[in-house]
Amino acid sequence: MFGDGAARGADVESLWRRDPGSRCEAKSCQTEEILTVETAAQSQSSQDNGMQTDESEETAQDLNFQQEAAVDYSGLLSFLQGVEDVVIKELNKNWRSHAFDGFEVNWVDQNETVSCLHSLSYPEAQDQKLQVTSISWNATGSVVACSYGRLDDGDWSTEKSYVCTWNLDRRGLNPKHPDLVVDVPSSVMALAFHPSQPSFIAGGLYSGEVVVWDTSRIEDPLLWRTGMTDDTHTDPVYQVDWLQDSKQSHQFRVLSVSTDGKLLVWQTGKDGQLMLAEGFALVAQQLPHSTKLKKRTRGETAVGVTSLSFSHFDPTVFIVGVEGGYSLKCSTAVDTPAVPRTGSSVPLKAPAQFAFFPHGGPVYCVSCSPFHRNLFLSGGTDGHVHLHSMLQAQPLISLQLSKTYLFSVRWSPVRPLVFAAASGEGEVQLFDFGKSSQKPAVSIKQTSNRTPVYCMEFNSKQIQLLAAGDATGMVKIWQLSSDFIQQGPREMHHLEQLANEVTE
Amino acid sequence: AEVEETLKRIQAHKGVIGTIVVNAEGIPIRTTLDNSTTVQYAGLLHQLTMKARSTVRDIDPQNDLTFLRIRSKKHEIMVAPDKEYLLIVIQNPCE
Repeated sequence: MFGDGAARGADVESLWRRDPGSRCEAKSCQTEEILTVETAAQSQSSQDNGMQTDESEETAQDLNFQQEAAVDYSGLLSFLQGVEDVVIKELNKNWRSHAFDGFEVNWVDQNETVSCLHSLSYPEAQDQKLQVTSISWNATGSVVACSYGRLDDGDWSTEKSYVCTWNLDRRGLNPKHPDLVVDVPSSVMALAFHPSQPSFIAGGLYSGEVVVWDTSRIEDPLLWRTGMTDDTHTDPVYQVDWLQDSKQSHQFRVLSVSTDGKLLVWQTGKDGQLMLAEGFALVAQQLPHSTKLKKRTRGETAVGVTSLSFSHFDPTVFIVGVEGGYSLKCSTAVDTPAVPRTGSSVPLKAPAQFAFFPHGGPVYCVSCSPFHRNLFLSGGTDGHVHLHSMLQAQPLISLQLSKTYLFSVRWSPVRPLVFAAASGEGEVQLFDFGKSSQKPAVSIKQTSNRTPVYCMEFNSKQIQLLAAGDATGMVKIWQLSSDFIQQGPREMHHLEQLANEVTE
Repeated sequence: AEVEETLKRIQAHKGVIGTIVVNAEGIPIRTTLDNSTTVQYAGLLHQLTMKARSTVRDIDPQNDLTFLRIRSKKHEIMVAPDKEYLLIVIQNPCE
C-alpha cells in the first residue's frame, strides 16, 4: 500500500548577487510648488485726542458759593439762632478780656542784639578806593550784589569798576572773594535784581547807560544794554528798578532815573539792545505850583531825579526825590506831554502831580510804605527824614537823624512801624515808631572812622538780614534782633493812626 | 432775611473783622470777607475744627467739641460748630 515516491525538490531561487536593480522601482517625487503672494500691510487708524486739566477747585468753589448764596438753606437759620447767643457772649468776653495782655509765646529763639554776620569786600576795588554805591538782594534772598563806584567825585572818569555778588547760603563763603565779579567800564551807580528771575540784575552807570547782566553766565554776563544812543540818559543814572508790564504781567521792563530829569522805561529788544518803551521828563515849568522852585529858571530846565519809589498798592503811582530837595508824587497814567525836547524816539510825558514840603538839599532816597498806601519816607542831604502822607504837603513827622547827609532810608518789609536810615556818619539807625518817634531804637556802627554808609537794603525773603554798603568798599550783613522782625499785635492800627494825623 | 439779620448783629460787635458760615463740606455759604480770604479761612478752619472734634472724641467718646477759640498775635478766631454748619468769627483782640 505504500509505494516509493520521489519527492520533488523544492526550488528556491537564490537572491544572492542578483541584480538588485531588477527589483527596484523607479519613483520620483517632488515637493509641491511653493506659492508666494505679495501683500502689503500697514496700520491704518489714527486718532486725535485733546485733554485739559479741570479748572482749579478753588475758583470752582468761589463760583459755587456765589450761586448758592441765593439758595436758602433749611436749618441754617436755626443753626445761627442756636449759636448766636454763645458767639456774642464770647465776643463780648473776648473784647473785655485782658487775659493775654503782655503774653508772648516764644516759638523761635530770640535774638536780643543786632549782630554782624559777614563783612564782604572785593580787595581789588578797595585798592582803587572805590565805594559801595548800591546793594541789592536777589529774588530768593540768598544772593547779595553790590556795585562799586564813586559818589564823592563829580568828575567824568573812565575808571573801571565792578559789580560783585556773594551767595550767603553757599558753603565756604569767602568774604574777600565774590562768587562773581563783573568788570564794568564806568562807575556803577545803581543796582536792582529782577523781582522773580534770581540771576538777572539791572545796573545804572555813571555814563548814563543802563545794563542788564545775567549772573548765571559767568563767561559773558552782559545780557542787554542801552548803548549810547539819543535815548540814553545824558547824566548819571541814580536808580534802576524793574517794572511789571501793564499788559503782560509776566514781562518786566527796566526803569531808570537820572539827574538829566528823565525817567525812562526800557524793554528788551533784539541783539541784546534795550529799547526805549516809555519815557517821562520832569521840567521845572511843569511842576505843580506849590513848589516854588527857583524863580530864575527860564527855558526848559530839567529837574534832576535822584531817587524813586513805587507805591506797593497802586502800580501807577510813584514818588520821586529831586535834586532841588522836593519829593513829588507822580503817576505813570498821565497824558500831558513834557515840554518838547529834542532827540528822544518816544514822546516824553510829564508825570508830576503833587509836590511835598522840601528838604534842605537833594533827596537821595524815598521809600513807600509796604503796609500803608499813603505813607512814604524821604531822606535828604540835610540829615532829615520826613514821614509824609501822600495826601498833604507838610510832613507828618520830621526827624533829624544825622548832622551830615542821609543816603538811604528804607521801610522794613515785615514790621509796619520800623524803618532804617543810613547816615553820612557811618551809622545805620533802626527806628521803631512803636517804641519812640523821636530817637532810634538801635544805632549800628557800620564804619569805625565815621565814613558814610551809602546804601542799605532789607532782605524780604530772609527777613532777619539787612545789608549795608559804605565808602570803604565794605558790605556788611547785619542780623536783626527779633523785635525788628516780629510784628506786634496792634501795629497796623498804630500805623493807621500815624497816617491820619493832620498837620497844619 | 432773618439769617442776614443775625449775621449783621454778630458783625456789628466790637472788633469783629469778619463772619463766615461754612457748610459740612467746608464750602463757605455766607461771608462778609472777600472771596480769596473766605475760601482760605473756610477750608483751613473746617479741617482744623474736624481735627479738634475728633481729638476731643478720641480722648473721651462721651465728650464732644462745642466751641473753638484760637488766639493769635493779631486776631482771635472763634468757631461755633454744628452737624451741618460752622460759624467762623474773626475778631481783633482788645486794646
